[in-house]
Amino acid sequence: MLSIKNLKANINGKEILKGINLEVKAGEVHAIMGPNGSGKSTLASVLAGREIFEVTDGHVEYMGEDLLELSVEERASKGIFLGFQYPVEIPGVSMVNFMKAAVNAQRKHRGEEPINASEFLKLMREKKDIVELDSKLTGRSVNEGFSGGEKKRNEIFQMAMLEPKLSILDETDSGLDIDALRIVANGVTKLKNKDNATVVITHYQRLLDYIVPDFVHVLYKGKIIKSGTKELALELEEKGYDWLIKDL
Amino acid sequence: MSNDQDKILEEVTGSDYKYGFVTDIENDAIAKGLSEDTVRLISEKKKEPEWLLEYRLNAYRHWLTMEQKEWAHLDIPEIDFQNIIYYSAPKPKKELASMDEVDPDLRETFEKLGIPLDEQKLLSGVAVDAVMDSVSVKTTFKQNLAELGIIFCSFSEAVQEYPDLVKKYLGSVVPSRDNYYAALNSAVFSDGSFCYIPKGVRCPMELSTYFRINAANTGQFERTLIVADEGSYVSYLEGCTAPQRDENQLHAAIVEIYVHKDAEVKYSTVQNWYPGDKEGKGGIYNFVTKRGMLHGDNSKLSWTQVETGSAITWKYPSCILKGNNSTAEFYSVAVTNNYQQADTGTKMIHIGKNTKSTIVSKGISAGKSNNSYRGLVKVAKGAENARNFSQCDSMLLGDKCGAHTYPYLEVDNPTAIVEHEATTSKIGEDQIFYCNQRGIETEDAIGLIVNGYAKEVLNQLPMEFAVEAQKLLQISLEGSVG
Repeated sequence: MLSIKNLKANINGKEILKGINLEVKAGEVHAIMGPNGSGKSTLASVLAGREIFEVTDGHVEYMGEDLLELSVEERASKGIFLGFQYPVEIPGVSMVNFMKAAVNAQRKHRGEEPINASEFLKLMREKKDIVELDSKLTGRSVNEGFSGGEKKRNEIFQMAMLEPKLSILDETDSGLDIDALRIVANGVTKLKNKDNATVVITHYQRLLDYIVPDFVHVLYKGKIIKSGTKELALELEEKGYDWLIKDL
Repeated sequence: MSNDQDKILEEVTGSDYKYGFVTDIENDAIAKGLSEDTVRLISEKKKEPEWLLEYRLNAYRHWLTMEQKEWAHLDIPEIDFQNIIYYSAPKPKKELASMDEVDPDLRETFEKLGIPLDEQKLLSGVAVDAVMDSVSVKTTFKQNLAELGIIFCSFSEAVQEYPDLVKKYLGSVVPSRDNYYAALNSAVFSDGSFCYIPKGVRCPMELSTYFRINAANTGQFERTLIVADEGSYVSYLEGCTAPQRDENQLHAAIVEIYVHKDAEVKYSTVQNWYPGDKEGKGGIYNFVTKRGMLHGDNSKLSWTQVETGSAITWKYPSCILKGNNSTAEFYSVAVTNNYQQADTGTKMIHIGKNTKSTIVSKGISAGKSNNSYRGLVKVAKGAENARNFSQCDSMLLGDKCGAHTYPYLEVDNPTAIVEHEATTSKIGEDQIFYCNQRGIETEDAIGLIVNGYAKEVLNQLPMEFAVEAQKLLQISLEGSVG
């Protein structure tokens, strides 16, 4: 599904990603871990197409296409979803309107008719349950006045609504208490199937108790320095990153 | 990061005016130029009574003694008043018995504007008094309204049919010597709308008037007079778009609203005159005097405006809160793009006791435009317990535009409470990226964000108008992306 080869990227002339290689297949869950500043969020942003990052080298193939040639919204419409570490507030725009605009924009990209109102409301109701999202939240402005937990649940709710093929969840667990963590993680797990894939970026092993990864990668100074199975996460939890860094 | 953001905004906001088309209809116009003879000719063409000619001439003579004031934050090019045609009327081909007989070109113009002057409007319950250039072409629904005693007709018709009412109220809110452009309008006004709601009547439908400048070089001097008698209610809509022009076109309208005891008027407008091209060439100069007199106790007046057009906008819909317990509201969204300039706001003059006013102003500036809010809240000595709340927000798209807020307060009564809040914000690259990542294109994202920002004002508009206004906000900021 996703094949990253020697990906390098800069921000303001500073190189953050220094040659990333990663293969993600349908049905898989990958966890990307690593110390602060290692480039985890940058990798997520570059895959989503954020223009403030400049790709200087490498190749990314997604579903047989050159991902780096696509605009942000094309990537989204082709099934790439980014769960934001810091979801953005849009005052005055209700979640209902925002989601409707998003769903219809993606349908339009795919050459489909806009969703009708009753179908849309039905979809909203269905998907809200997945993350136990309060009905009141969807009537409120996008992320405005949401608590940290509500914002993250709202991200997963949007993921459920948009049914992406590749979800990249950027520190979806940060700022969550244990109940919210469970709800969010269960939501992600419920949405998982054999045709989609999830890349989870996290600092902590505890999220991986709920979202069990097939592969764990350690990102350090813009490179993946170690890959393994879920046991690697446990090892990292116990020993930290120092032993890996020392080996370099 | 900010460079990138500005680049996106520049692309998106550098758009062309989408309503730049001209309808080719024969015009019955008088020669360019302004003199007492012009004023007499207009009055004669309209078969006006002597008193109205006198009113015009007095205004004209006073106008000659006046000068344009320069207090507004506007750069106004010199206007050659002798190079303007002061009267033009579409030539009627014959008397119109039904909608089918309306000039097909004209109907097409309205269709392009998305204003179907047809059965749809009848079904949706909107009476339309379409003003094409200076003379009303068609008035629908008049019969139904007449049964309730409501008068809704063109201003010229009102002069002929209801001279006493016109004479009583004309100039009662905006005197002919009020300001430079009001004096000019009072001298040469061509046509407009007249509306009278009798005592105790609740107007069952939204009244709307669509204005449109069409003939080249024709100054538009519209005159609107709305009178709400005791205990009545009316919601009045006005909206306009204009075709693309190279010559600057002067528009100096007057709207007067007179609200009696226990009456309520809601006045909503969407203004989309041609703003000029990306280089700032052409565009309408819009110098409008709008004012409401809340004459009776417990009277209520609400102005809602969405301003997206014109090269220069100079407009301060105001309220004189004379009656005790009267309530006034002003809700405004003003968008400026490219080289547009807007100096707009309101005046709330509290005279009566327990009077209350609310001001919500949302400015949106893009391109190299300048957008100013100018508001006066005045509390007179006798205005016990007057209350005002003002909120003035500015949103900037890009870093070459300007937003300014000039609130003036004059409070002569110690029991008054006057509050003012102001904010300035920018559309962030992060907000646009967030929308893009969900599949929403940049233009739509800006539309969504701007509409969210202006929601408080848009919510004040009647439903179908709100939808139109939302589209207009987006169109005004749209550009040549991708």
